[in-house]
Amino acid sequence: MTALKTESSFPNPDAAYETLVEAHRGVSEADSAALNARLVLILSNHIGDLAVLKEAIALAKKAG
Amino acid sequence: MGARKSVYQFGYRRSIDQDSKNPVRRPVVIVGAGPVGLTAAIDLAQRGIPSVILDDADRIGEGSRAICFSKRSLEIMDRLGLGERLVEKGVTWKVGKVFLGEHQVYAFDLLPEAGHKMPAFINLQQYYLEGYLVERAAELPLIDLRWRNRVTAVEQHDGFVRLTIETPEGEYALDADWCLACDGARSKVRDCLGLKFEGHTFEERFLIADVKMSAEYPTERWFWFDPPFHSGQSALLHRQPDNVWRIDLQLGPDADPEAESKPERVLPRLKRMLGDRQFELEWVSVYRFNCARLGKFMHERVIFVGDSAHQVSPFGARGANSGIQDAENLVWKLALILKGEAPPSLLESYELERGQAADENIGHSTRSTDFIAPRTPQERVLRNAVLQLAPHALFARRMVNSGRLSVASEYDSPLSTPDREAFGGSAKLGLPVPDAPLHDSSGKPRFLLQALSGEFELLYCKDGARPNVPEGLRLTVIGEDLLDREGIFAERYDATPGSAFLLRPDHHLCARMRRYDEDHIREALARAKGLK
Repeated sequence: MTALKTESSFPNPDAAYETLVEAHRGVSEADSAALNARLVLILSNHIGDLAVLKEAIALAKKAG
Repeated sequence: MGARKSVYQFGYRRSIDQDSKNPVRRPVVIVGAGPVGLTAAIDLAQRGIPSVILDDADRIGEGSRAICFSKRSLEIMDRLGLGERLVEKGVTWKVGKVFLGEHQVYAFDLLPEAGHKMPAFINLQQYYLEGYLVERAAELPLIDLRWRNRVTAVEQHDGFVRLTIETPEGEYALDADWCLACDGARSKVRDCLGLKFEGHTFEERFLIADVKMSAEYPTERWFWFDPPFHSGQSALLHRQPDNVWRIDLQLGPDADPEAESKPERVLPRLKRMLGDRQFELEWVSVYRFNCARLGKFMHERVIFVGDSAHQVSPFGARGANSGIQDAENLVWKLALILKGEAPPSLLESYELERGQAADENIGHSTRSTDFIAPRTPQERVLRNAVLQLAPHALFARRMVNSGRLSVASEYDSPLSTPDREAFGGSAKLGLPVPDAPLHDSSGKPRFLLQALSGEFELLYCKDGARPNVPEGLRLTVIGEDLLDREGIFAERYDATPGSAFLLRPDHHLCARMRRYDEDHIREALARAKGLK
């Protein structure tokens, strides 16, 4: 694990979390899953680095 | 429906080899008179090598099968004398559109730049290509094409292969220095040698229908994900000559192939898609496919070429196109070996180069299939997310995968001499050289690829006198034999006065340098012939 940043990046982590939660509020389970999929694609592309993406997937799998 | 009338009918004829007491020995025996076997035979004949082609049928006729032929295939066919005829008969297209439901999410333009003789793609029924190839083969006395000759056994001997062949007049045996197995996905030769494909079978079934109609659809490739007329599945519409349209409908993994091929099932599906348009069904097939290959293409004196060696999904037009390129890659090497100008080890580069191409094609084809037919509900969510984002963001459009269309393979090959200097332009070491619009010395327009010989060839950019070249190497001087009036050659090859480009017989670039150096070229030539 070298490419992925895991230290805290947001100056206000609570606001970032709240923003994600609000995006899903009042949305059905299926729409929520679809929204997450779109978000993952948008953010993956924004990162644009396959090594980071692979490390992120590995971390997500390990934590689950 | 089902088997259509045959487009071309041929007859069985007795060969003198059948009357021989002992098996006759031939330098090359090709099993299968499809596009790949015929390409190999014609190319061999043009290089002075005789061959026998064996085919178990005596007709061409069932279905259009392969319909998309790539620029690279057309360039090869042009060298074999068929390029212009194919383009004239075929439908040239370059625009593709992708829809999600009723809405277009993405359109692409293959944007063939100007100044190439051949277009990016044509659509043409495979039976036309095969028919033209058979006619071309008939012009060449070195080709002995034997219909209704079915191979029933293959035996490897020391330095040759013995084939047992069944004909309407009984069995005979034939020996070959080299046997090219061009007998397709269900290769009999492969079975005879007990060889198995390694790879993945996709469970998804698809319906292919060729439909005759005078429709107002444009000459474009249209691909739907989840169309209103075929809910939850995918659909493809693509034009062929003679007002025939290829329709491809995804049916899901549980579809019953026999029931789904019946008109009472097919016609309502097509009517939902085509509405009130009058149409006639030409051919129907329900299929499933593999993305798989043989671990090795060469087995002593038997060489697998085309679908007998590797199979892909139809998305991307990588089947027939890669088979034609296999044949071209193999033939010049085999011809040099049979003439004693190269060692048999040169064929290792066939295995390597076409193995790379097969892996690349299988990779693309597997990814396309995973996108078109997601394997799990979550994969489908992700796939649909890409399609939903596509109208809004370029990155998502680039992920939409309804088939990555076949382009020429770039060989990372020991036959190439690594560049000593940097070169720009679209010409690349290991790739077929790009075409360019030139003029001959009398001022007539001539495309570069048209002027190439199909032998090892040196393109030299004029800088004073004609250089000395090693014996047996054809020299073309740009600026003398061919004129680059528009500067397009210079741009595509990043060519400067005195620079030189060494082309293999299959037009792949295998060495280049800024200042011509005879010793360096001699070495590069030896390397490209497998002599180093």
